[in-house]
Amino acid sequence: MAEIRLQNLAHSYTSTPSGPEDYAIRQMDHIWEQGGAYALLGPSGCGKSTLLNIISGLLSPSQGHVLFDGKAVNNLTPEKRNIAQVFQFPVVYDTMTVFDNLAFPLRNQGMAEAKIHTKVQEIAEVLDLQSLLSKKASNLTADEKQKVSMGRGLVRDDVSAILFDEPLTVIDPHLKWKLRRKLKQIHEQFNITMVYVTHDQLEASTFADKIAVMYGGQIVQFGTPRELFERPSHTFVGYFIGSPGMNLIKVEPQPGGVGFASIHLPLSEAMQKRIAESEWHTLKVGIRPEFIHVWDEPFDDALRAQVVHVEDLGTYKILTLNLDGAPLKVRLAEDKPVPEGTAYISFPAQWLMVYADEFLLEAQVLGEQTSEQGAQP
Amino acid sequence: MKKVIPLLIYILFLLVPIYWLLNMSFKSNSEILGGLTLFPQDFTLANYKVIFTDPSWYTGYINSAYYVSLNTIISLTVALPAAYAFSRYRFLGDKHLFFWLLTNRMAPPAVFLLPFFQLYSSIGLFDTHIAVALAHCLFNVPLAVWILEGFMSGVPKEIDETAYIDGYSFPKFFVKIFIPLIGSGIGVTAFFCFMFSWVELLLARTLTSVNAKPIAAVMTRTVSASGIDWGVLAAAGVLTILPGMLVIWFVRNHVAKGFALGRV
Amino acid sequence: MNKVQNNKAWWLVLPVFLLVAFSAVIPMMTVVNYSVQDIFDQSSRYFVGADWYRQVLLDPRLHDSLLRQFIYSACVLVIEIPLGIAIALTMPTKGRWSSVVLIILAIPLLIPWNVVGTIWQIFGRADIGLLGASLKAMGINYNYAANTMDAWVTVLVMDVWHWTSLVALLCFSGLRAIPDVYYQAARIDRASAWAVFRHIQLPKLKSVLLIAVMLRFMDSFMIYTEPFVLTGGGPGNATTFLSQTLTQMAIGQFDLGPAAAFSLVYFLIILLVSWLFYTAMTHSDANR
Repeated sequence: MAEIRLQNLAHSYTSTPSGPEDYAIRQMDHIWEQGGAYALLGPSGCGKSTLLNIISGLLSPSQGHVLFDGKAVNNLTPEKRNIAQVFQFPVVYDTMTVFDNLAFPLRNQGMAEAKIHTKVQEIAEVLDLQSLLSKKASNLTADEKQKVSMGRGLVRDDVSAILFDEPLTVIDPHLKWKLRRKLKQIHEQFNITMVYVTHDQLEASTFADKIAVMYGGQIVQFGTPRELFERPSHTFVGYFIGSPGMNLIKVEPQPGGVGFASIHLPLSEAMQKRIAESEWHTLKVGIRPEFIHVWDEPFDDALRAQVVHVEDLGTYKILTLNLDGAPLKVRLAEDKPVPEGTAYISFPAQWLMVYADEFLLEAQVLGEQTSEQGAQP
Repeated sequence: MKKVIPLLIYILFLLVPIYWLLNMSFKSNSEILGGLTLFPQDFTLANYKVIFTDPSWYTGYINSAYYVSLNTIISLTVALPAAYAFSRYRFLGDKHLFFWLLTNRMAPPAVFLLPFFQLYSSIGLFDTHIAVALAHCLFNVPLAVWILEGFMSGVPKEIDETAYIDGYSFPKFFVKIFIPLIGSGIGVTAFFCFMFSWVELLLARTLTSVNAKPIAAVMTRTVSASGIDWGVLAAAGVLTILPGMLVIWFVRNHVAKGFALGRV
Repeated sequence: MNKVQNNKAWWLVLPVFLLVAFSAVIPMMTVVNYSVQDIFDQSSRYFVGADWYRQVLLDPRLHDSLLRQFIYSACVLVIEIPLGIAIALTMPTKGRWSSVVLIILAIPLLIPWNVVGTIWQIFGRADIGLLGASLKAMGINYNYAANTMDAWVTVLVMDVWHWTSLVALLCFSGLRAIPDVYYQAARIDRASAWAVFRHIQLPKLKSVLLIAVMLRFMDSFMIYTEPFVLTGGGPGNATTFLSQTLTQMAIGQFDLGPAAAFSLVYFLIILLVSWLFYTAMTHSDANR
């Protein structure tokens, strides 16, 4: 049970980094609170595994500190950090039985055999491995092996956090959900801090209370799945979460709001002020396909878009529209009428997000915090 | 860092006797027999000069190099199609054939001395380079097939099929597509063929007398009336080590990867 | 790989088959021929059946040689296999030094066998060799030409010097094939270095070790050149191993019949012991 804090963390694999591209992890400050179930979500190569290895101690960060419950652990080896890690590739000791595999970490600690026995039985029960205990580890299927790997992490009672590095990658799809549920169960039962790395947003949302989205070596947003969906603080989060992802259009400021081509999008005064005050190079607006309002009948104040394509996916439809050169995707519930030729749409103000240099601009000033969400404080 | 010490000791163990040989090769016989010195007091290249100028010495090297190259080429040429067959096809007697090939590697060369002698004499190939090259094939070809098959099995069959669909004939596919893919395998195989053929003495000496006399035979026959010419012998020895070092320098990357014989 | 059944593949295999058959089958037939005949000259040959075999199998000189050979091969395996594994564990896996170490290790393997013998012949002499002279200076009575024990030790040390690198290089490549994840998981599980060796490295080395053991057994059992150059088989018969005995019989004494019979017995011994090793090592894998 530990709070994991990352302070001023950065990591480069080269010994003499010359620029931001050389950093796998860029300047990062982050807190994983005790007992939480977290997902670390991001595309391949964004630095997730690097971050995980830094937390567990397999990798030493080139800069910054890792603190467990306030204590700096930078110099502690993985053995001393009370961390368990489950890898993408199931690691089992082939020459030993499942029982011995699970007992291995405990034997290394010097625990009494009787106690080991009870512990192993307990974990085997949780993971449904009892029938396999006397079987040779090399003869197991991939998901059984992965369960044994997880078991080795759970069997230790001094474990304060478990890190999962895309553990379901090699598992058959129809078994994935079973294991996911198992993990959730374990979390509820043992109340250990769990960090789960994945590139699958579905996995992340089912497992985690809060998701950290990682992009380009930085955590760009840390929030509940709902927050990520409704208020993405980075265009990448908007694009990555949701199916299909958020619509993003490049715009220029105009009196009364922003616009592109012949389209004018009005914005609140507060937002216009924010745009004027901030420094930026590119400005974008984003709106999710789910939130674009499609009028049933022609409406004068609505925007007119060409209907390019309609995809029927059973319970809903995806419309591809062309709004004066900008492609848009709209998600329509199955009972709504499908416009033909021209669609009349509007963007509800509460769902229209403005992004300056990929980061979300917020109109309200919350207390003394700057409302421009960028790197976490 | 403590791991390094045993390794260093072992490396020292390997290098010191070779250094000693090198050391001796730069001394004159009188200095060698006069007393022990760690460095040559009278550094001399005379021994090497003898080898480079005396035909009975340098032809030994040329002969050895010649039949080793012949052997490597022949072994590779016949082993490549055979390895391909073992890798891609099942055919009548394939497992037995493969096993039989490997057992040839287990035959003591001493067993073949007399039969080879008679065989090659009877077909008029005694004392030729090709005789030694062919004799060494007995051991090198099975090894070559074994190593190459391992590498070839690492190339998916889909590549072959794609090539045929694209209109390649088998020979063209083999030469233009397949062989480049197993480049390091060929490198490793050539290395092993060279290695075995260059170092083997017994058969090479038995099958040759004058024309194709390998350097190994030349060295084992240098005892004159005045005793053994240690300096020249040492120089000759040093010169036999050089080709090996050159070869391994060239294939060092492939060997590091491919020493696994593609099978481990 | 899914292999396709196709007997036309024999065309690809034909060159190899012919070449090896030419080099193996014909001579073998000659040997078998000689082993069952008593040959005086071209015109007078008599079929003697198993006579030569009987003579050979009862020959005390051969028994001695066989015993020496077994002891030699056993010593070689006992020393070189663990030593090779140990060296492989200490070899650097990355960086410039990795290549350098590989090359240094490979050098002894590329030296013509007679030169190996010559190197040690010189090295061990008290008058011109560093080893011999150093031992003499330390007051140790060492003479590999005259003393049996010294000769044996020298021949074994020479073999270790010559061939351990092969075991080390094979094990090194085997170790390289182990994915990093295993080591990472072992660190998390707090495994000691010995536990890592026993549960991760050694099992993964099984197939490589099999190759190493078989190669070293076979080659040490057939050894000829190196001991011959170093000691000539002496003092007396002390370091005369099977190949040398056979060569003496065949070429030296021209006893074709017994030599041929002996050749076949020799070959069969190697096949048998190799097969035993192979089954023992692969069986233990399946049984576990």
